[in-house]
Amino acid sequence: MKTISMCVLMCLATGVVRADWLQFRGPNASAVSTDAKAPADELKIAWAADLPGRGLSAPIVVGDRVFVTCSSGPGQETLHVFCFNAADGSKRWERAMRTTGRTMTHPKTSVAANTPCSDGDRVFALFSSNDLFAFDLDGNLLWLRGLTFDYANASNSLGMSQSPVVMDGTLVVQSENDSESFVAGLDVATGRNKWKLERPKAANWTSATVWKNTVALQSSAGILAVDPATGKTVWDYSDGASTIPSSVGSGETLYAVSHGITALAPEKGSVTQLWRNEKLNSGTASPLVLGDSLYVVNGAGVLIKASVKNGDEAWKLRMKGPFSGSPVAAGKRIYIVNERGIFQAIDPNVPGGKVVQEIELKETVLTTPAISGGALYVRSDAKLWKLQ
Amino acid sequence: MKLSLVCLLALATVSAAADLSQPIEVMRAVQKEGQGNEAAAKAWQEIVKADAATLPEVLKGMNGANPLAENWLRAAVGVIADEALKAKKLPVEALVTFLKNTQNSPGARVVAFDLIHRADEKLAEELTPTLLEDPSADLRRHPVAKLIDAGDAALEKKDSAAAIVAYGKGLGAARDEDQIKVLAKKLRGLNQKVDLPKHFGFLMSWKMIAPFSNADRSGFDTVYPPEKELKFDASYEGKTKEAKWVDFTSTDEYGKIDFNKPFGMEKSVVGYAATDFFSTEDRPAEIRIGCKDGWKIWLNGELLFARDEYHRGAKLDQYKMPCQLKKGKNTILVKCCQNEQTEQWTVEWEFQLRVCDATGTAILAAK
Repeated sequence: MKTISMCVLMCLATGVVRADWLQFRGPNASAVSTDAKAPADELKIAWAADLPGRGLSAPIVVGDRVFVTCSSGPGQETLHVFCFNAADGSKRWERAMRTTGRTMTHPKTSVAANTPCSDGDRVFALFSSNDLFAFDLDGNLLWLRGLTFDYANASNSLGMSQSPVVMDGTLVVQSENDSESFVAGLDVATGRNKWKLERPKAANWTSATVWKNTVALQSSAGILAVDPATGKTVWDYSDGASTIPSSVGSGETLYAVSHGITALAPEKGSVTQLWRNEKLNSGTASPLVLGDSLYVVNGAGVLIKASVKNGDEAWKLRMKGPFSGSPVAAGKRIYIVNERGIFQAIDPNVPGGKVVQEIELKETVLTTPAISGGALYVRSDAKLWKLQ
Repeated sequence: MKLSLVCLLALATVSAAADLSQPIEVMRAVQKEGQGNEAAAKAWQEIVKADAATLPEVLKGMNGANPLAENWLRAAVGVIADEALKAKKLPVEALVTFLKNTQNSPGARVVAFDLIHRADEKLAEELTPTLLEDPSADLRRHPVAKLIDAGDAALEKKDSAAAIVAYGKGLGAARDEDQIKVLAKKLRGLNQKVDLPKHFGFLMSWKMIAPFSNADRSGFDTVYPPEKELKFDASYEGKTKEAKWVDFTSTDEYGKIDFNKPFGMEKSVVGYAATDFFSTEDRPAEIRIGCKDGWKIWLNGELLFARDEYHRGAKLDQYKMPCQLKKGKNTILVKCCQNEQTEQWTVEWEFQLRVCDATGTAILAAK
């Protein structure tokens, strides 16, 4: 912890912006790296580390450490949290725990489906079984929760995947399902509830968007933005939204995955619809905003570029799909990995867009990459790769 | 002088061991909703600094602990063990003693076995056959897998008799569905009879009544007559027809109790199934259910659990409910709610239920 804090101080002193990738889709769940150092034009596999179990959770990066979760055992009852050295992929530590909640999932997903998050000092690892662990960066267990142990009907027999987010000392955890559906704000220091809200009784696999000091919670009912400190409603959009791909915020606008894409300009207590394009249909992947364009990956594996100003479509680029993971971006490139493990780097600035590099990882990949320090991190059921 | 030093060391060891009892108790005190987390975090820091020789004591702390406390202790054991393995100081002998004592909790003994395996793979292999009838279903997996291998090897040598013995022994001990399926298939391939309902302990014969209304899914919380009285000669007003009790015996070897069979493929309906389970003694047990419809279950009139999730999937032992059986007759009542969805994958209106112990070993009815 001290090393990391010192590193932060040094970065500040030297004016270097250290851009960690602290949660699902990185900074503010935007999927766009804020790192000053973008990945090189030509990427190679720098290292690969073995994982002992399955997982759809994305890696996260805190300083020089990469964290990833997986689940193993005949019923996926063993939960693993790993910390690797970003430099060479060597293992710093591993913790193996046991599920206290239900482990049933659809065969395609797994118990390690939720991406962990970090506030820079702690790592919060949530699993589909609703087991939640907080470690410091050196692997010391700070607290734990069994959210299905606490709330016995909080589970989904298809599996859950909502990734937690952390903001200003509150960890926001969603467990939205057909039965005991809720979101809770937990004290990052103790894991105790600060607040807990009932959510629509409907299965939901979307993750929250951190945007304009709120946490925007998406569900089939719409999007509810809450104050992370209190759980109080800041604004509420109630025209329905997707339960798989998650929305993205950029500038003053939230691009909601609702009836295609609906651009929202929420004010305190009210929401103005700026535009809606029902043809911008996301498949499983969540959209991202890069520059003045919005990018959506549809169910056919086509990347669609549209204007953030009015939603007008600019072009379509057929990529090699299908995709379960979402695209991420850094510098002038968009990156995505398909289910067959083909990593694709896209230059969206050439007319029509262009796939400029492919790397065959030769394993099934169902998740979203992380970006930090000019490198990308991708995981499968058996490996974690660094591409640099 | 030397004697004094030995005494001092002994005292220090006793003292160190005594010191751990308090942090272990602190961890065991954690409860729901994060209660006790702050104290447990401090206790955890104390425990992870302990010598590897304390591992059996820390593992013992898992005996009777709730699953949250088990995880606190499991994480601490992991840290101590990682250091001990690096320094080649894992107390393997003490861990073997701990493993062999089946009074220790199954979860702790699984951890002990894993540590032994990491330290001395050969020793773990030697211990494996002794775990065939273990109270831990996890620990049974290794010896059952070895028996599957042994049967396969016998078959390669055309020794069907030896294969049947190995597979049969494996099936007798197997508690995990994947291994049971494999063994049942292999034995049947050798013309052996396999009684899966008996192996699992499925309850196959029920009295069933339907169709009550589940319009707008409100039937889940509606108290229909079977929840107030079990009168098997009574009939009631149903949703589309008169609701009457019928006898139903499943022929499905995974014990599927299918309401669609006696009542037709109804939607937005509620059905009930009741049966008596005769226990030879007062004893703890688990009722395990697999169901993709909304359901409630009562044992001797006491609600064990209720679940209002529809068509997200079902599997063996999807829900495990610890309970107490009384000697003699125990009445089990299941409420099974079908919803309004019309997709092909939503036609199932059924459940599967078995009575077993915590290991998953079937508890067979006395009659």
